[in-house]
Amino acid sequence: MLETENLGKTYPTGDEALRDVSVTIGGREVVAMIGPSGAGKSTFVRCINRLVEPTTGSVRLDGRELTGLGEDGLRNARRDIGMVFQEYNLVERLTVMENVLSGRLGYVSNWAALRRNFPPEDIERAYELLDLVGLGDMENKRVDELSGGQRQRVGIARAVVQEPKIVLADEPTSSLDPETSRDVMELLTDIAAERDVPVVINIHEVDLAEQYADRILGLHGGELVFDGPAADLTDESKGVIYRGEEPPESPAADPDRPSNGTAGEGTPEITGNRSNAGNGRLPAED
Amino acid sequence: MTGAPPDWSRFDARERLFRVGSVVIAAAVVVGSWEWLDMSLRYVGSAPLQVGDLLGRMYPPDWAYLPNAVGPLAETIQIAVVGTIGAVLMATPVAYISAENTTPNKATYALGKLIVTVSRSVHTIVWALLFVVMFGPGALAGTVATAVRSIGFLAKLLGEEIEEIDFGQVEGVRATGASPFKLLVYGIVPQIKPALVGISVYRWDINVRAATILGFVGAGGIGVQLFQAIDSFAWRTVSALLVAILAVVLVSEGISAYARKKVR
Amino acid sequence: MATESPASPDSPDSLDAAERRTWRRPTAFRNRYTKWAVYGAVLALVVWSVASLWITPGRFISGLGYGYELIDSMLPPETGSENIARLVDRMIETIAMAMIATVAGIAISLPVALGAAGNLSPRPTYYLSRGIISVSRAIDGLIVAIVAVIALGFGPLAGIFAISFKTIGFFSKLFAEDLEDIDMGGVEAIEATGASRFQRLVYGVVPQVVPRFAGLAVYRWDINIRSSTIVGIVGAGGLGVLLQRSYSRYEYDYVASILIAIIAVVLVAEIVSAVVRRRVQ
Ligand SMILES: Nc1ncnc2c1ncn2[C@@H]1O[C@H](COP(=O)(O)OP(=O)(O)OP(=O)(O)O)[C@@H](O)[C@H]1O
Ligand SMILES: [Mg+2]
Repeated sequence: MLETENLGKTYPTGDEALRDVSVTIGGREVVAMIGPSGAGKSTFVRCINRLVEPTTGSVRLDGRELTGLGEDGLRNARRDIGMVFQEYNLVERLTVMENVLSGRLGYVSNWAALRRNFPPEDIERAYELLDLVGLGDMENKRVDELSGGQRQRVGIARAVVQEPKIVLADEPTSSLDPETSRDVMELLTDIAAERDVPVVINIHEVDLAEQYADRILGLHGGELVFDGPAADLTDESKGVIYRGEEPPESPAADPDRPSNGTAGEGTPEITGNRSNAGNGRLPAED
Repeated sequence: MTGAPPDWSRFDARERLFRVGSVVIAAAVVVGSWEWLDMSLRYVGSAPLQVGDLLGRMYPPDWAYLPNAVGPLAETIQIAVVGTIGAVLMATPVAYISAENTTPNKATYALGKLIVTVSRSVHTIVWALLFVVMFGPGALAGTVATAVRSIGFLAKLLGEEIEEIDFGQVEGVRATGASPFKLLVYGIVPQIKPALVGISVYRWDINVRAATILGFVGAGGIGVQLFQAIDSFAWRTVSALLVAILAVVLVSEGISAYARKKVR
Repeated sequence: MATESPASPDSPDSLDAAERRTWRRPTAFRNRYTKWAVYGAVLALVVWSVASLWITPGRFISGLGYGYELIDSMLPPETGSENIARLVDRMIETIAMAMIATVAGIAISLPVALGAAGNLSPRPTYYLSRGIISVSRAIDGLIVAIVAVIALGFGPLAGIFAISFKTIGFFSKLFAEDLEDIDMGGVEAIEATGASRFQRLVYGVVPQVVPRFAGLAVYRWDINIRSSTIVGIVGAGGLGVLLQRSYSRYEYDYVASILIAIIAVVLVAEIVSAVVRRRVQ
């Protein structure tokens, strides 16, 4: 269970990329985060594993506070957070297997890491995941020999082999063609269901978000302006998210609204803050 | 070339002025140099004859001498091997501080650039002169000279390679919770390893060539024999040694080219 | 897998020990034995080298002591006006030698480069030119300089000869590569107009390679300045003469001044060469 509370980030350049974002994400839900370019989506997911250092607020994973952890504590915490990147961020000159196994680096000694000497369970798990993502016999191929879609599958395998408590994906489909994008989204939703972890996906394609996500978060100008089930994403709320329009007859868009404000009954919230909006949004087959 | 402007002059006026100007200046400097050096055509014209005469005295090479050259030739290669390894060990930290993206601060950056410049501007033979004073005549001085001379070359090329590192790849490993050491091993080393191996092998090959002359200042290698032969006008020995050097250099060049092609 | 009996077809997730897969990092070598053989050979070479070069910590440390004395006697560098005047004189000689050697070397390189361009020259000429290039590149400039000093006497002419000789190998090799990269379509178009071999060269080849030629020439000039500063060590003119002389007289403070002059000349040449090359490309 991931909880963020009033999470905020102001870059040294003065850009306030994120303001007062409070969400709770748990169970095995697939959460899509949408918003125009520059809305702060990347900043949000990077603040969670502190690849970007948040300036205000807090992040808790299964009750453990991540902000303020020291070097070692942060490394241990990162083992529990799988991350998938838009540009894959795989080590190009290493093999597929080495990249996947690098997801287990937090668990092995330096010497073992140097010799690529991972425990048999890790190797078995890596093979299973490669089968799952459809790269069954490619373990010894170098990543720079793969296509974009294949690379992203390696990226997903690396994140999942960590056995994370949450998977974060920052625009995992932006470098891929529509067909491959769908495959990757399917893979991510399958993983959420099968591995029983929540998955947060930053994404530009609203249709993909609506199709695959259980819940949608909408960011605009660094603020959370929508949080609700995918089915409730109306054209109006899209206007709020993408063009910053005032939501009709909803007090929620008011940024000065106190954080414990009451929400509409069962309707999607167009709001800057409601920390438990995601609860109960587990898939039907749960 | 394809996007040539439709008018007939190939360059605009300022560009043409620059081109004509630099050619004129270069020509003037060459003529001035000729005058300054007091060269005369007759003097220069006889040079090929004299060189030809010397070459004539070198023929046929004294192959029988070559068994004596095996040891010194081996020493030449050894100097190159140890010198290059020493240089790589010293150049790695220098590369680290002379790459813009990894250097800790401005002072270390300047220090890195200074080391690179001094190492590269002073020829191996001059370094050898200095190290002979320090370590006495012999291969140790030559090895150290080879190493010191190579630092700049290696650090410069390696530093450029470090500047090109893709930090996305490093970040991908960092996000898994890897420690700095593992980041180095998984995120950084794979990115620079081919360059490191390639540049080092290339430098080794250059160093084999450079080590053939260390003997002139008493710093070991085949140069000692070569210089003795020249001193005693044993021209047929000289030519045999030159052929042997040629062979060793070509073989090491081949090994180096092969190794560089294999590493990627 | 195919021969295996379908013991548990409905639970593919439960893997028994026999099915456990192992993985070892693939080696870049043909196989693991080749890899260890290569590593072993390299290690043996290094150990043998260190042992027979007689490199010991003791010699190293005592050398550092002498190094301190050397640096002490180099500081402060000599600045007497007479010595500085001699220095400037040799500096000009150094540059002059490099200029003439560059022009002469490149002039000789042109036919060699043409001969070494596989697309423009017949086979026998090609091999002859490649041979010249190999020899020129393999023999160190100082060796050539010594031979030249003996054949031509002390002085700049020997230096010019040696530097020109080294220029041939470098320039011809790189310029031949540029010639091989030219677009033969243009050359054939000119040929189709009935042009002679010479005309083909002037109109078809030359315009394509002029910028590269200029860049290479300046680059080689930069390298020649470097060589020109040291060929004097064997008596072939330039700053090296002064260096050798003061070194053999233990005038280490003057050696320091000369070294500073050498570094300065080399740096200025490098900067000039970089600026000009950026302009022509
Ligand atoms: N490293 C940085 N330094 C300064 N400002 C930054 C930095 N990274 C992002 N920003 C700023 O923060 C804001 C949010 O950026 P962010 O990358 O989080 O947006 P995004 O929603 O992911 O956009 P996109 O859809 O284009 O990826 C932008 O205004 C951006 O200019
Ligand atoms: Mg982004």
